[in-house]
Amino acid sequence: MTDMTLTVNGREHVVTVEDRTLLVHLLRDQLRLTGAHVGCDTSQCGACTVHVDGKAVKSCTMLAVQAQGCEILTIEGLAQGRELHPMQAAFHEHHGLQCGFCTPGMIMMALDIARRHPSPDAATVRAELEGNLCRCTGYHNIVKAVVAGAQRMGEPA
Amino acid sequence: MTAMTAPMGKFGQSVKRVEDSRLITGNGRYVDDLVLPGQTHAAFVRSAYAHARIGAIDVSAAAAMPGVVKILTGQDLVDGGLFALPSGWGLTSIDGTPARVGVHHALAVDTVRFVGEPVALVIAETRGQARDAADSVFVEYEELPAVVDMVAALGPDAPQLHPDIPENRAFTWDIGNAEEADAAFARATRRVSIELRNNRLVPNAMEPRAINAEWRAYDGSMTIHLTHQNPIGMRVLFMMLLGLESENHLRVVSPDVGGGFGSKAPAYAEELAVAFAARAVGRPVKWTAERTESFLTDAHGRDHVTRAELAMDDHGRFLGLKVHTLANLGGYISTSNALVVSYMYATMLCGQYAIPAVHAVVEGVYTNTCPVDAYRGAGRPEAAYVIERLAHLAAREIGVDQAEIRRRNFVRAFPHQTPLVYCYDSGDYEGCLDAALRLADYQGFEQRRAEARARGKLRGIGLSAYVEACGIGPSKLLASLGGGGNMWESCEIRVQPAGSVEVLTGAHNHGQGHQTVYAQIISERFGIPMDRITVVQGDTDRIQAGTGTYGSRASVGLSAAVKSCEKIIEKGRQIVGYMLGIDPGAVDFADGIYTSAATNQTVAFTEMVHAAHAATQFPTDQLEPGLVATSFFDPPNFTYPAGVHVCEVEIDPETGVTEVVAFNAADDFGNVANPLIVEGQVHGGLTQGIAQALWENAVYDPDSAQLMTASYMDYGMPRADSLPEFGLAFWPSPTPVNPLGMKGCGEAGAIGSPPAVINAVCDALGIAHVDMPASPEKIWRLCQERQEAL
Repeated sequence: MTDMTLTVNGREHVVTVEDRTLLVHLLRDQLRLTGAHVGCDTSQCGACTVHVDGKAVKSCTMLAVQAQGCEILTIEGLAQGRELHPMQAAFHEHHGLQCGFCTPGMIMMALDIARRHPSPDAATVRAELEGNLCRCTGYHNIVKAVVAGAQRMGEPA
Repeated sequence: MTAMTAPMGKFGQSVKRVEDSRLITGNGRYVDDLVLPGQTHAAFVRSAYAHARIGAIDVSAAAAMPGVVKILTGQDLVDGGLFALPSGWGLTSIDGTPARVGVHHALAVDTVRFVGEPVALVIAETRGQARDAADSVFVEYEELPAVVDMVAALGPDAPQLHPDIPENRAFTWDIGNAEEADAAFARATRRVSIELRNNRLVPNAMEPRAINAEWRAYDGSMTIHLTHQNPIGMRVLFMMLLGLESENHLRVVSPDVGGGFGSKAPAYAEELAVAFAARAVGRPVKWTAERTESFLTDAHGRDHVTRAELAMDDHGRFLGLKVHTLANLGGYISTSNALVVSYMYATMLCGQYAIPAVHAVVEGVYTNTCPVDAYRGAGRPEAAYVIERLAHLAAREIGVDQAEIRRRNFVRAFPHQTPLVYCYDSGDYEGCLDAALRLADYQGFEQRRAEARARGKLRGIGLSAYVEACGIGPSKLLASLGGGGNMWESCEIRVQPAGSVEVLTGAHNHGQGHQTVYAQIISERFGIPMDRITVVQGDTDRIQAGTGTYGSRASVGLSAAVKSCEKIIEKGRQIVGYMLGIDPGAVDFADGIYTSAATNQTVAFTEMVHAAHAATQFPTDQLEPGLVATSFFDPPNFTYPAGVHVCEVEIDPETGVTEVVAFNAADDFGNVANPLIVEGQVHGGLTQGIAQALWENAVYDPDSAQLMTASYMDYGMPRADSLPEFGLAFWPSPTPVNPLGMKGCGEAGAIGSPPAVINAVCDALGIAHVDMPASPEKIWRLCQERQEAL
């Protein structure tokens, strides 16, 4: 067992974890932030994507102890009450989700795409989403949502 | 920053989804998110062998490990009175004997029949401890020969899976008329035939299967939190299998469910074992499948080997059809599979065509593979694939265009009684074809083909005209065919004193957007904003009755909602009659306002609601207070959505890679309640169908019967970068079968698209057939052969 400190959605947590605990299990089981989902066991599906120090990371690829001292942002940290983040709003506007299970990971990945490609075209978004699986939407509306969300993030508030 | 607003609902408008807010903020509540007081965790010990006798099971080392609460084996479950999993559909063979159902224990007893079959169950304090201990349970196996291939399984040298089922044959079932079909073939001057394989698929809902079961010893009752498409159906089934006293002793809750596609409709061995375990340990037990477990044990889809022959006259008019299908059942018959491979499949073999004489035989075969069951379309994609591949070959044989051969054979008058039980209710097949051809710029194709050729690419176009059966279904008809349960849907509408509305439905939303569409329809009928309407589902403590969601049953549930709306409005009319002192018959209702034409007085819907609850303005001995209505809707027929899909592919002969460069679909879903949601359903269906045609394939090693494609590293899931944008159009012929004229749209994409893709590939290469998936390797080899032939 290891004691560690990390910041999640702006709040500092001091936790004790089993050394083998994955970051996603720390978030889900100990901090009870269940927005990040576990959809596979080979780091392929991306449902567990969160931000670690500003970059999108599949939280099943990382041991919790590796996040010592890190700033974590999860899907729960995006909206302010009923006020949605523009990328969340874009997923709603463009019907970019059906069952919703892949959605938190998709949105967190989309923010990373928008950070690196401020106004991405559809082909860029499709290539960048290669590591996030969705079984419901056929990606069509997710791609639309990411393009629109990134666009909106670039506009003055 | 944007806040979401709740509009007034209107049928036919692309209203944004009500259910999104919790799902896009990480507040969805899936089964694995739930932790109960005293929670324990389960892990399964699974067979690494496809076929083996189970010897001694040594749990002593595992039982001594940290945190272990209990270890259960198959024999423990049998000794504890747990019943085996049933086949939910009674199928009768041609010789009049019932289907032979192999005994399927929740944990294997004596024999394992596929890789991954659960053998023992470990309950521990944490998930990690359960997993560690499961790995320390030692099971002795005596390995037996395994069989994967259906032809081999039926042969004389095959290992027999179930002791009392010779030749591994569960049933040989038929439909249609063999003599009439023979006569049609005798008359025919032209014929085409095909042998094809409909590849086995893994459903891959993104949320893995999960259960959290809690037992209450003080009254012998249980609550099961279950990721499932039909919690109400599971309540009855699990109550019986567990031997609970009554329905009231079992509550099943299916909260947010992360996709189903049919794979969350069966009753599964693991879930039954976990429910049993919760009673055995007296504490809540949770199990969530790891993805590898999902690959190994989620009921797979498809897996047919089919021989089919189509008889024609010289003009390409279809005269007769003969089909023979081997359907791979896997090691056991899963809940609905006897239905899926028979009446969900063979009834649709005529497709959109008037074929007077048909005969189809389906043999159900046990093999050492994961059980098969409904997967998006469930039988109907397999049927569409057979008839649409034959239609493509027929065009080649007669020497006419792909569209023309279909035009010559379309059903043109409705209702149309097929020779295969079903009666198509409505449609405009030729109008739909023309709409699809316009959308796809069919006329401009040869120019695009030439332009591609100049770039070294082989471009092809493929059509597919599918029809399917949705809105299951007429209870009496289904019972007459062997059905084991009712198929109506219920809807209760409760109007609260302050005007908000609670809608209780037995249908279950796991991505389809029911919460939005129910709210949309009720909002419009009552004239109140959508945010006043809450849809309650997925909890047997709250919903009295229903049948769940599969096979695009939304029209059935929504029709029940419409009936309840009418009852509420009618009661309101009586209340307003008393309020205004006039005859209720003289009260009109529109846009949320009751009006009296005679007196010009008005009463808003919400005012009527207050009055209904206050119960001061009418005599309560003549009219009951309160405002609740319950309705049941049993459809008089299925609905028959249909459409035409047009696929264009480009093949790189150097690499064998097939790219779908355009995909256009014109669909008749009847009236469309919410185009935004319906288009989303079509996108998803098309993607699954295109992926079946090009990438997805569940492969078992022929000798060891190990699943070779048991992870996302090995299985060809469609990804964002592998698909085109889709072009969609609706060509509605509203159905008379339900009051909304809706037909259903959930499966259509996955039904129409595989033959469209393969027809396009065959067109590009100028070949008669290639089996799915048309992988780069297969296509590259075909290109090499083509090169050599030139």
